[in-house]
Amino acid sequence: MKTNTLKLIKYQLRDVMRSRWVLFYLAFFILITDALFRFGGSGDRVILSLMNVVLLVIPLVSIMLGTMYVYNSREYTELMLSQPVKRGEMFSALFAGLMLPLSATVAVGIALPFIWNGVLFTHLAALGYLIGTAIILTTIFSALAFMIALLTEDKTKGLGLAVVMWLFFAVIYDGLILVVIYMFSDYPLQQPVLIMSMLNPLDLARIALLIEFEASTLMGFTGALFQRFLGSTGGLLTIAGVLLMWIALPLSWGARRFVTKDF
Amino acid sequence: MIQIEQIRKSFGKLEVLRGLDLTINPHEITAVLGPNGAGKTTLIKSLLGLVKPDSGVITINGKRINGDASYRSGIGYMPQNARYPDNLTVQEIIDMVRDVRGNPEDTDEELFHAFNLKTELGKKFKTLSGGNRQKVSAVLAFLFRPPVVFLDEPSAGLDPVSSSCLKDKIAREREAGKTIILTSHIMSEIQELADKVVYILDGVIHFEMTVNELLETTGERTLERAIARKMKGAA
Repeated sequence: MKTNTLKLIKYQLRDVMRSRWVLFYLAFFILITDALFRFGGSGDRVILSLMNVVLLVIPLVSIMLGTMYVYNSREYTELMLSQPVKRGEMFSALFAGLMLPLSATVAVGIALPFIWNGVLFTHLAALGYLIGTAIILTTIFSALAFMIALLTEDKTKGLGLAVVMWLFFAVIYDGLILVVIYMFSDYPLQQPVLIMSMLNPLDLARIALLIEFEASTLMGFTGALFQRFLGSTGGLLTIAGVLLMWIALPLSWGARRFVTKDF
Repeated sequence: MIQIEQIRKSFGKLEVLRGLDLTINPHEITAVLGPNGAGKTTLIKSLLGLVKPDSGVITINGKRINGDASYRSGIGYMPQNARYPDNLTVQEIIDMVRDVRGNPEDTDEELFHAFNLKTELGKKFKTLSGGNRQKVSAVLAFLFRPPVVFLDEPSAGLDPVSSSCLKDKIAREREAGKTIILTSHIMSEIQELADKVVYILDGVIHFEMTVNELLETTGERTLERAIARKMKGAA
């Protein structure tokens, strides 16, 4: 019975692939990656610089475009739900129609300059790891976008909430951790800080990238903690598990809300 | 036959439907009227399963609506303003709906030809004019020969020629035995088409009469006057 989902995804992909923002997003990653090659040189350094771009830009674009996408699809959603289409099928189709093109755009936009600079195969593992993390971040922040758009009917409020949520995870959260570390500097803080960084998917993704690329000097306090307490492999597995929770929880909340709400 | 028993629906503190009972006869055109915000669209959306009533029972041809999607293959729906994905062409939109309906062979393309939509097939939805969007939506409502059709303000935004095309189609479908529910602000259109008028006020049926009864009991010549008189008498 999931066949309706596949049918709808087929048409939605056609729609999204023709839209301008996908082209912009693709051009952005191609230009940035290629520019990094021109200025920085070696593939390793490009990947390390790209990491920061990925961590900053992908959550922002995914959550903003995602929230807008859900609001703009409202009438379309309503029309398809007046056809013999189940709500669950429609929800899956909508989510895939956002997450698949966004992920594909990032993957292609980063990989293409590696191909024409002739270093794709020498950096295949690291590049794959970076793109994989980028796709996970895209999925998480798309799921959060769905959650926000289903939380409030008011588009302005929803978009505002999306900006605030991004700011919180990207900027404010790290500040909070610093404040905690400063205020409770007399106490053993390893475990509380470890738990705190679990609650921020962006921090987790950053730590996962840094552990893998062994850029321990950039790793900061929480990154070092992860490595010390869990070791590289254990740390990565824990992070992967928690990141999956970050996809599953908002998505299942969104799906439940989508199935019961009024259109 | 569509049976609605005691449906209630509130949005927050706003009670839109307050225990509404209604039976919609098959093979008739029923016009649902009422002031803005009376609950017309909420009623139609409840029938489509888009809005879930807080309580009450809706049965369509003996089957109770309970979250299953398959009953909607027997319903055609033309909403007040339809919006499909911007970058899909008219052809793709029609194909998409056809796909989710399981690609039936026998489709009704009468309106498609009457509206001369062939020249629009390759155009993207976002470039269509409001009237052409309405036409696409009307074509889709009748395309799969559904026994039940809901039309929410069908002639809004249509030019006179297309509008009369659509009215002819509605009348023909009634003759063919379809059950049609219609909302409109144009009383002459309802007088022309509808068998029965259902007037919703404050979330319940205020009155329910055939068009002829309504004209006779009020002694007016037009539906607009008749309803105005009836409402004045009530107040």
